[in-house]
Amino acid sequence: MIIPFLAVGITIAVTILICSYRAIYGPGTFNRIIAANVIGTKAIVLLIMVGYIIERPQFIDIALMYAVIAFIGTIIIAKYAERGELCSR
Amino acid sequence: MITGTVGLLKFPDFYTRLHATGKCDAMGQVLIIFGCMIYEGFTFITIKLLLVSAFYLLAGPTATHALMKAAYVTGLPVWKKGDKRA
Repeated sequence: MIIPFLAVGITIAVTILICSYRAIYGPGTFNRIIAANVIGTKAIVLLIMVGYIIERPQFIDIALMYAVIAFIGTIIIAKYAERGELCSR
Repeated sequence: MITGTVGLLKFPDFYTRLHATGKCDAMGQVLIIFGCMIYEGFTFITIKLLLVSAFYLLAGPTATHALMKAAYVTGLPVWKKGDKRA
């Protein structure tokens, strides 16, 4: 009973590969940032799908930690691009 | 998810691409994880899946908004109809 999870996982992996086009060739900094953001979103779902495929539920904890790290990374990069510095003295 | 990818590739501007990927953050992830929750039944894993989904449902649009505000303050040009694709 892993066929639906396998189908969803392969679809998400292919869309991650397509999104990396915008991360590599995208004009300017911000296009690369949104490509990294959407790749992070897809990687969370892909981690949960991998956890169902190889039948190890511990991958959900890894997905939760990855969600926190992706969110913090996007916020930090947005703040740096807006102000030019991370924390003002 | 596929809609977000197509929008990320085909839209002409930064802001419109951000609009497309916001759907990927909010809608696709919640629907796929909700399907996993229904498949799982009522166990402890369901609560963890709900935690992942609810956290990213809050965090994704917050990141999108911060990115949009950063780009607008920096002065990235806005695409108008008839302009060339950026």
